[in-house]
Amino acid sequence: MLALYRYDEFDRKFLEGRVAQYRDQVRRRLAGQLSEDEFRSLRLMNGLYLQLHAYMLRISIPYGTLSSAKLRGLAEVARRWDQGYGHFTTRQNIQFNWIRLEDTPDILAHLATVELHGIQTSGNSFRNITTDPFAGVASDEIEDPRPYCEIVRQWAALHPEFSFLPRKFKIAISAAGEDRAAVMIHDLGLYLRRNDQGEIGFTVAVGGGLGRTPILAQTVRDFVPRRDVLAYITACLRVYNQYGRRDNLFKSRIKILVQSLGIEKYRQEVETEFAAMGDEREALALPDEAVAAMQAQFAPPAYADAAGDKAALLAAIAAEPEFARWVERNIRPHKQPGYSIVVISLKPPGRPTGDCSATQMNAIADLADAVSAGEIRVTHDQNLVLPYVRQGALYDLWLRLGAAGLATPNIGLASDIICCPGLDYCSLAAARSIPIAQALAMHLAKREAEIGPLQIKISGCINACGHHHVGHIGILGLEKNGAESYQITVGGSDNAQAALGGIVGPAVAAHEVTATVDRLIDAYLRLRHEGEQFPDTYRRVGLAPFKEAHFVAR
Amino acid sequence: MLGHPVFKLVTGNRLRDGKVVYFAGGSTWTPTIAEARLVEDGDGAALLAEAQAGPPPHPAIAPTLIEATRDGNRVVPMTLRERIRACGPTISHYGG
Repeated sequence: MLALYRYDEFDRKFLEGRVAQYRDQVRRRLAGQLSEDEFRSLRLMNGLYLQLHAYMLRISIPYGTLSSAKLRGLAEVARRWDQGYGHFTTRQNIQFNWIRLEDTPDILAHLATVELHGIQTSGNSFRNITTDPFAGVASDEIEDPRPYCEIVRQWAALHPEFSFLPRKFKIAISAAGEDRAAVMIHDLGLYLRRNDQGEIGFTVAVGGGLGRTPILAQTVRDFVPRRDVLAYITACLRVYNQYGRRDNLFKSRIKILVQSLGIEKYRQEVETEFAAMGDEREALALPDEAVAAMQAQFAPPAYADAAGDKAALLAAIAAEPEFARWVERNIRPHKQPGYSIVVISLKPPGRPTGDCSATQMNAIADLADAVSAGEIRVTHDQNLVLPYVRQGALYDLWLRLGAAGLATPNIGLASDIICCPGLDYCSLAAARSIPIAQALAMHLAKREAEIGPLQIKISGCINACGHHHVGHIGILGLEKNGAESYQITVGGSDNAQAALGGIVGPAVAAHEVTATVDRLIDAYLRLRHEGEQFPDTYRRVGLAPFKEAHFVAR
Repeated sequence: MLGHPVFKLVTGNRLRDGKVVYFAGGSTWTPTIAEARLVEDGDGAALLAEAQAGPPPHPAIAPTLIEATRDGNRVVPMTLRERIRACGPTISHYGG
């Protein structure tokens, strides 16, 4: 039994109907019965964009959870209808870059057979609900957040009142001590909490987002009982839907509304709306039995008694230094004794970050079936996770991952770079980001032991899909007079102590980026105290030493 | 490219597969930029109008005028974006 939501008959019928509807829309477009202006919104509603070289299809992966069957379904799209690979994104989705319009009805029909689609991966609607990629298995977790993600997803899917919001709306949910879902940079974030009475509820934060106006989310209410959470976020959305700006694209996100009203006024409006909901509030209430029924869908697999696995693991670590290095970097603690969470790096230095070939997807699906209860997660860092691996299986898994080119031991290190597609693919980009990431990763991989944990994030334009504002070192691609340049920030962070980075100086040319980043890292290594990571040092010393390092670099 | 004369040409993405195409005159669109029809700056608007003409479905989405120069037999777009559109991604990927 897989630990994820399974479609019911209604879901299946709906998706079949949607594919049939879309197939007819494509037929009419190719026959000239629909103009591009008429067709654009229809294709976007199914996740089909037009990029520089081809159509791009974005597939939603709800809360980043995949079964092996779904991953094989994605591999088949890559193999049969694309150029043999897909790109995992910073929103736990996947994109295919070389799609033909005339193939898309068949692709969506194929995806529907594995309960995937591209609905609400575009437009001014709710986007994929994202969460902790270690959900359900993290040792620091209060509860698995995914049942709540699924409840919110079902509430949000094609919600009639919120289908034409002022702008897109991104929700993230975290249920652990450490925020691994970058909740503070989302339009609305839910932190699952247990109050002093032992009741489950949520801290609700709103108004986070990056782009041209980066802002961290602010708390609207410290504790909303889980029974009321759908009603409360309905109130949050209702205030945004009423007052959010539709006259200016650049001021249309909820972060701008919260900033202009002020959090106190926004909170007052939400509380007023929430108090006035009356019967509707009751209709949206989450009864315990409904939550329990959803939680049953995400029940963990039957764990084996794996207490004896530890000795074999330690022996393998002692015997094989390369394996030991991989264990140190790519394995995370599991709540179940004798089990581990395995992070599969999609960042071998020199390869495009987040790309995964069809062959690799199939290999990972096979490995998931063999050692991880058939389940895979996608991280917002553009890596994959096997969540249920017995420690006794780690060595063989490492060998098999290595054979597929998937055993790079760099999770959380300088070469584990977040990077958007940039100007090599994206029609919105101002500059390339992938070649910058490749050059940096190739160079910094040699220094990773010295540097330790470091998050570098790169965006090819101000829309910030690469989350550059919250990178320990952030890089933003710009275009000026036909030339690419890169603005560098330091000190950002996307965890519970989220912070926006500070600009170190004027933008540098593409060929100067690696040397400049090298000098910023040198400055960090000189300044850091024992046990500090980059954000700790930055908070202690401020921006000035890094500005100086940047200035010297020029 | 400094000092080379600048021409106009029309580009778009092919309707059925999204591939980058260039207007070659008449009703012909080509994936090869060297086969694009180049005109002087003042004739750009007329070229664009010709490229946009024809019954639906139009073979190319969003026909757009861009600038390019000639370098020997090569036609080289003025902007990096259009050079990438003409030549493909500057990086290798798993498929290529």
